[in-house]
Amino acid sequence: MLKISDLKVTVDGKAILNGLSLDVGPGEVHAIMGPNGSGKSTLANVIAGRDGYEVTSGSVSFMGNDLLSMAPEDRAREGVFLAFQYPVEIPGVANIALLKEGLNAARRHRGEPELDALDFLKLVREKLKLVEMKEEFLSRSVNEGFSGGEKKRNEIFQMAVLEPSLAVLDETDSGLDIDALKTVAGGVNALRSEDRSIILVTHYQRLLDYIVPDKVHVLAQGKIVRSGDKRLALDLEERGYGWIDTAADAATA
Amino acid sequence: MSAMESHAAPYVEAQQAQARELPGAGVAALDRSRSEALEILGERGLPSQRDEDWKYTSIKPITRSRFSPAVSGVDCSEDFIAGSAIENLDAWQLVFADGFHLPHRSKTNGLPEGVQVAGLAEALTRDPGPIVDRLGSAVGKMPHGFAAMNSAFVGDGALVEVAPGVQLEKPIELLFVSGCSGEGFLSLPRNLVILGEGSQCSIIERHISFGAERSLSNSLTEIILDKNATLNYCCAQDQAERTFHVGGLFARLAHSAKLKATTVTVGKAWVRNDARVDLDAEGAHANLDGAYLAFGRCHVDNHTHISHNAPECTSRECYKGVLGDRGHAVFHGRIVVQPNAQKTDSEQSNQNLLLSADAQIDTKPQLEIYADDVKCAHGATVGQMDEAALFYLVSRGVDRETARRMLTQAFAAEILETVTPLALQSYLASHVSGRLSPAVPPGAAA
Amino acid sequence: MNTAVKELDELVGREYKEGFVTDIEAETLPPGLDESVIRFLSGKKSEPDFILQWRLAAFDRWKAMECPEWAHVHYNPIDFQAISYYSAPKRDEDRPKSLDEIDPKLLETYNKLGIPLEEQKALAGIAVDVVFDSVSVATTFKDKLAEIGVIFCPLSEAMANHPELVREYLGSVVPPSDNFYAGLNSAVFTEGSFVYVPKGVRCPMELSTYFRINALNTGQFERTLIIADEGSYVSYLEGCTAPMRDENQLHAAVVELVALKDAQIKYSTVQNWYPGDEEGRGGIYNFVTKRGACRGDNAKISWTQVETGSAITWKYPSVLLEGNHSTGEFYSVALTNNCQQADTGTKMVHIGEHTSSTIISKGISAGRGQNAYRGLVKVLKSAKQARNYSQCDSLLMGDRCGAHTFPYIEVKNPTATIEHEATTSKIGEDQLFYCRQRGLSEEDAVSMIVNGFCKEVFRELPMEFAVEAQKLLGISLEGAVG
Repeated sequence: MLKISDLKVTVDGKAILNGLSLDVGPGEVHAIMGPNGSGKSTLANVIAGRDGYEVTSGSVSFMGNDLLSMAPEDRAREGVFLAFQYPVEIPGVANIALLKEGLNAARRHRGEPELDALDFLKLVREKLKLVEMKEEFLSRSVNEGFSGGEKKRNEIFQMAVLEPSLAVLDETDSGLDIDALKTVAGGVNALRSEDRSIILVTHYQRLLDYIVPDKVHVLAQGKIVRSGDKRLALDLEERGYGWIDTAADAATA
Repeated sequence: MSAMESHAAPYVEAQQAQARELPGAGVAALDRSRSEALEILGERGLPSQRDEDWKYTSIKPITRSRFSPAVSGVDCSEDFIAGSAIENLDAWQLVFADGFHLPHRSKTNGLPEGVQVAGLAEALTRDPGPIVDRLGSAVGKMPHGFAAMNSAFVGDGALVEVAPGVQLEKPIELLFVSGCSGEGFLSLPRNLVILGEGSQCSIIERHISFGAERSLSNSLTEIILDKNATLNYCCAQDQAERTFHVGGLFARLAHSAKLKATTVTVGKAWVRNDARVDLDAEGAHANLDGAYLAFGRCHVDNHTHISHNAPECTSRECYKGVLGDRGHAVFHGRIVVQPNAQKTDSEQSNQNLLLSADAQIDTKPQLEIYADDVKCAHGATVGQMDEAALFYLVSRGVDRETARRMLTQAFAAEILETVTPLALQSYLASHVSGRLSPAVPPGAAA
Repeated sequence: MNTAVKELDELVGREYKEGFVTDIEAETLPPGLDESVIRFLSGKKSEPDFILQWRLAAFDRWKAMECPEWAHVHYNPIDFQAISYYSAPKRDEDRPKSLDEIDPKLLETYNKLGIPLEEQKALAGIAVDVVFDSVSVATTFKDKLAEIGVIFCPLSEAMANHPELVREYLGSVVPPSDNFYAGLNSAVFTEGSFVYVPKGVRCPMELSTYFRINALNTGQFERTLIIADEGSYVSYLEGCTAPMRDENQLHAAVVELVALKDAQIKYSTVQNWYPGDEEGRGGIYNFVTKRGACRGDNAKISWTQVETGSAITWKYPSVLLEGNHSTGEFYSVALTNNCQQADTGTKMVHIGEHTSSTIISKGISAGRGQNAYRGLVKVLKSAKQARNYSQCDSLLMGDRCGAHTFPYIEVKNPTATIEHEATTSKIGEDQLFYCRQRGLSEEDAVSMIVNGFCKEVFRELPMEFAVEAQKLLGISLEGAVG
């Protein structure tokens, strides 16, 4: 599904990712953990194609295609979804309008007919249930005046509607209370499937109690310093991130 | 047109009559700039309400009778100066009578090396070279006839020059007393403030009236801040009823220079202020604030213009006014973001409290933006006392009149509280509260 | 979709097929303006003498007036003697022969707006076999309205049939001496609409000059007069979303609204005159005077405008709030792209007690466009407890455009509460990326965000107008980002 090889990325001339490699197969859920500033969000943004990140070497291939050469909207239409860490507010633009536009753009891209208003409404109503959102969310402006929890749920709801092949969830658990976390995790779990890969970017192990990953990677100083199964996350919880940096330093040296 | 010309004509003639006796006369560059200014005054005349920038301010009260330029030699008594001092203020001080520096009344001893605080006329006579080049450089294009008049007569005033890196621990007070020459005189002080790289200082420019004589004070201050220089400047205007004050403040800021300029108008005079700030290089920051009271038949007009000429500059502007009786206030704030001034961050607000049926406010905040990556906002409000707050205070046992005064003072306090030194802040606060309780004139309470 | 408009659309469609033909008397005045021109214009419509006298008086005053220069717009001086003040529609042989001769960009826009081919031809000024007859459409419409007493007809017809109404109200809101262009219009106005809604009548359909083609030859000096009698309501739509080719560079229209006690007038405009090409060549100068008077207690006048066309727009739909508790509203979207210039806003004059006004202005500048909001909120001494809320937001796209805000606030009554807020900012990079991550192209993302920015104004427009306005905004912004 996704193959990242020796990716090096700088921001304003400062190296953030230093040769990161990652292989995510179809249907797999990978968790990427690491301390603040280790490059987790950079990785998420580079996959989605945000401006301001300079890839100095390495490659990212998605279903056999070179992801880095595509415009952000083409990546989205190909099935890459980013659940934003800080979902932006867009005043005056209804949630439903954005989604309809996005979904139909992807359908056109795939050569499928666009959904008409009625079919679309049916679809989104069904998906709303996944994240326990009220229908009024549809007509509200994108993220405007949403609480932190509502914004995160809205991201998962959008993921449910757009049905991506690869979803990158950037700190989707941050700022959620336990009930909201359960709702969000429930939504994500419902969306797990054989042909959908998920990358969870998180600082805390807590989320992984609810979404059990196939693999856990530890990111430090811009590269993956350790990979393992979910027990690695528990290890981290116990020992903190301190030892990771030491490990990373040792690896660099 | 002819009417305007005729208003300016006596001043043009007066200048021509004394041009050769003005300080530094004969210095070619100075002669030239004076005669250029004179030409502008002659051509444009004094402003009329047909000028967009004078739409709400009529100068008829000024042109009703002509003023004669005051002549040097005028004095102001030691007692008067002592009596009008700012309590607890420890400052170097220059005193001016009708625009003329009074060395014998001034206190400049103990100034650190590299700091010059002197009369402009004296400096122009002694060594005009370095001054002439800077004079007029912050004004740029002449905004109106009064500024041209000041520039045509440019002679005495204050010169403050701080060498690079010097930080003054005490403020400098420039005290201007108008009306010393008697009835019907015009004073034309010109101040030049130059702060070298990385230097810091505080300046208080205070205008008061000697008595009840009808007088016109046409004052202009130029401020030039070099890289990283920081100036804390406050103009306090507390003149008497028959004084007319036209004030100019023109500042140019270099890289990362910082200016905080606050203009507080608490007197009974007719006032028109023009402030222009040019942010010429990256990182410059200007804080332009003002508080004004317009009571009685007072007219207070504040025109401000901040020009963002370079990227990544910031400006904050807040003017607040309280109007009562038949007071009339005007605010016009203009913020211009030039085409290359990306990443500009600018905010402006003007708030007015109307306390009486006959008070009038005309406000005109204005944004002109020619760059796209900017964040600009402005706001203006006109309103009355917050009835809920008033009721709250009254319900706590405060009498209505006191409650009103407390709330009005609180309204103005937002500006006054940012003024330093504290001695000046309390001086201004007490003058504001004095003006707000008409039954008890300031000073009479004790 | 609003049924009235739907019916109208159907009617319009049918006429094409049936093909009425009208004879047009070909007559054109040579360029120039003097008294004889005015007498000719008046005579042409067999106007009552008081109108002729009114025109002549207006002309006299106009001659002494000066062309205003205070607006934030730049253009070469107009030679008013070089304009022909009456020209009959072009003859077939002078027109383009087919769509092949028309600027392909214009055709592209028509296609994007979904305008039928025949209509495209007419809009582009091509001689079409089927000549559209507007009179019969209006007649069908008029019969329906007549049943409830609503008068909706060309102004010239109103002068003949309802001179007492015209005499009472014409020029009563915008007197000929008001400003230079209003003065010129008063002297030489050629045609326009007249509406009178009687006491207590709620006009059941949106009255409209929204006949795409019909609007074509209303002329450059249009004059509209709308009177809503006590307790009545009317909604009027003006304009056209299709960019029309027009030979007249100067448009100086006047619109007057009078709302009596408890009456309400809603006036919506979509203006998309030819803006000129990318280099600023050509394009319409749109210098319009629009003003309404709330003449009685509880009257309400609401202006909504979407201004995307014209090379230069200079207009300030205003409200005189004379009656106590009367209300004025102004909702505006103004977009300038390429070399367009707009100086637009409103005047709210509070005269009566407890009057209130709301101003929502959204300016969008792209390319080298210059966009200025200019507004006046004036509270007279008599206007106790007046309230105003103004919000002016500007959105910038591209580093060569400009956005300017010039609000004037004049308050002479201490019981007034006035709030003005304005912001200016660049279109959000984060918002653009968010939309693109959801699969939208950059252009669609821009269009969506800009439409969101304008939502507060669009929701004031009648439904089908709002949909077209949104589409229009997207098209007008093409190429603005990227």
